[in-house]
Amino acid sequence: MRVALFIPCYIDQFYPQVAIATLGLLEKLGVEVTYPVNQTCCGQPMANAGFEHTTTATNELFISNFRENDFIVSPSGSCVLHVKHHLHSDANEAAASAIRGKVYELTEFLTDVLQVKDIKSRFPHVVGLHQSCHGQRGLMLSQMSEIVGPAFSKTENLLNMVDGLTLVTLDRKDECCGFGGTFCVTEEAVSVKMGVDRVQDHSSQGVEFITGTDMSCLMHLDGILRRQKSKIKVAHVAEILNATV
Amino acid sequence: MGTSQNTGDHAQRSSVFNQDEQRVNWHDKTLWFIREKRDKAAWQIPEWEMLREQASQIKENVLGNLHDYLVQFEQRVLENGVHVHWAATPEEHNAIVYDIIRKKDVRQIVKSKSMLTEECHLNEYLEAHGVDVVDTDLGERIVQLANEPPSHIVLPCIHWKKEEIGELFHQHLGTPAGNSDPQFLTAAARAHLRQRFMTSRIAITGVNFAVAETGEIVVCTNEGNADLGVQLADVHIACMGIEKIIPQRKHLGIFLRLLARSATGQPITTYSSHFKKPRAGQEMHIVLVDNGRSERLKSEDFRNALKCIRCGACMNTCPVYRRSGGHSYHYAIAGPIGSILAPGLDMKKYADLPFASTLCGSCSNVCPVKIDIHDQLYKWRQVLVKNGHVNAGKSLGMKGMATILSNPGIFKWSGALGRTLMKYLPFLINNKFNPWYKHRDMPQPPAQSFNTWYRQNKKQDGK
Repeated sequence: MRVALFIPCYIDQFYPQVAIATLGLLEKLGVEVTYPVNQTCCGQPMANAGFEHTTTATNELFISNFRENDFIVSPSGSCVLHVKHHLHSDANEAAASAIRGKVYELTEFLTDVLQVKDIKSRFPHVVGLHQSCHGQRGLMLSQMSEIVGPAFSKTENLLNMVDGLTLVTLDRKDECCGFGGTFCVTEEAVSVKMGVDRVQDHSSQGVEFITGTDMSCLMHLDGILRRQKSKIKVAHVAEILNATV
Repeated sequence: MGTSQNTGDHAQRSSVFNQDEQRVNWHDKTLWFIREKRDKAAWQIPEWEMLREQASQIKENVLGNLHDYLVQFEQRVLENGVHVHWAATPEEHNAIVYDIIRKKDVRQIVKSKSMLTEECHLNEYLEAHGVDVVDTDLGERIVQLANEPPSHIVLPCIHWKKEEIGELFHQHLGTPAGNSDPQFLTAAARAHLRQRFMTSRIAITGVNFAVAETGEIVVCTNEGNADLGVQLADVHIACMGIEKIIPQRKHLGIFLRLLARSATGQPITTYSSHFKKPRAGQEMHIVLVDNGRSERLKSEDFRNALKCIRCGACMNTCPVYRRSGGHSYHYAIAGPIGSILAPGLDMKKYADLPFASTLCGSCSNVCPVKIDIHDQLYKWRQVLVKNGHVNAGKSLGMKGMATILSNPGIFKWSGALGRTLMKYLPFLINNKFNPWYKHRDMPQPPAQSFNTWYRQNKKQDGK
């Protein structure tokens, strides 16, 4: 099984510990992982802003970096969703199509491919899970509150395997945090208010950590938490699943 | 109350709305309460998701055969002794309605809720021609007295608090100052409206569903105001968009179950009124309006928006709508659905609306006819940018970003040099000109990127 690690640009630049935890976790589970060092970005920041037509070169680069693998795994539901929906190539659509079918968000890969039943990790803290919308509603990592159907959550299942971890129940279990890519600056007022409200829901449940499958949402929430001088910290789900403290 | 929200794009208007955080909290909670009512109502029907799928498929069929259904509908309507009018534009629609009113020499009419007449700005047109229009839906009457457009398609005055309505009624209806008891105010409105009902010879209604098979129209209200208006008037004018067609009466069993549950969490609206033919001595007209609909029908990407049954569920669930208010959308139909309908009518004027979303997808999940709303928002962004409706700075930034991100060499170099890349992402520097920093701290840059760490720690062992 050839598994390649896809690390989104902002995680590479700002949150290397999340990438290191993802790599460590996969290796701990016996997966041999390669990391194509020439990777940059999936093109989502441009595409969501209406500039999908400028992503031809990033798409080609993505294909050349990842085409030779059986699985592509990434600690970001949002970037994975973008690749799944929007990776195309005039030069090599067959390769693009194959990649769209084998790219996985981390908790999705652990659940559906590795079928992990047990995780040797310990994180003795009270944790709130922020459901990032693209992972949840786009990749269906968990049931959505709007839908009349059976409950499930790939991410929560994994977190519940962690020794010592207490997962809280939120008042609004899958409300958007307001990051939204360029939305966070072009619609600053609403974006911040959405983030403040999310933080309030978590803090009223007494969490020590807010976790999630997308570092971009957590970066936004962390910016608000630190401005509020809150004691609550953010941690990507990979960091918690790989924790041994 | 939205009065200070009258200028600027969505972001500017939202920023005004957010100056009063307590009010935003109240607005958000009020609408979230309705979203939760909708959830409870939906969960009472185990086959809810199947109903949504059926409704979506029926509308798919309608859109694919709209011409034939409209011809069939017109034929039945004429057989029923009802007049039919076709309007390509809002101007034609308004002129048709005014012509009917003028011929009857009427100066005052009553109108029950119709988003189509909002879309066409009928009230302003009629008032400019000396016709006094009284909106008889309570919420609509409130915003009409305040000289405002509705902020929500189902709950037109959801942005008004009861104390403010008490003050408004004190000014306009002479209720005692300081009285904001909802029951008292409703009784005052009822007395006021009753007088108008009794004296109006023409009643306008909207249309929720138009049945091709029978030529009847169905109007859903909770207040019975459509019925009262029509039954007391000599002339009934019903205004509808051409997409309101459903093929057969039996399909109402699906749509009526979905509509009220999605809109307000009620099992059914209090009144689902069927109008088929005029009673003896009465005159009935149906005005069918295109206004860009047949153009939209040609677009594979955007035609599904015509499935909309105007329930407003996408507004109640939208985390942006709840925190920006209906008037921030500066279009007759606010929220996610308005943001995909409006640019089809005027791309330049409404270029901001498809960007007034985080693309969270909740709107598409609650939509009773399964319109792919958030995907259409994404697609509108692409169309708007390609047509030049985006500012030059953003365009330059995005192109710069695309260049860096497609070139691993520059990407690493820029990362090493103080994360130059992030100039193009929104997390630039700690100053007041950076919208990120206004209410959020910056991410703290680590000593090295993952890529550098990997090359130093992992690459040498052959991976």
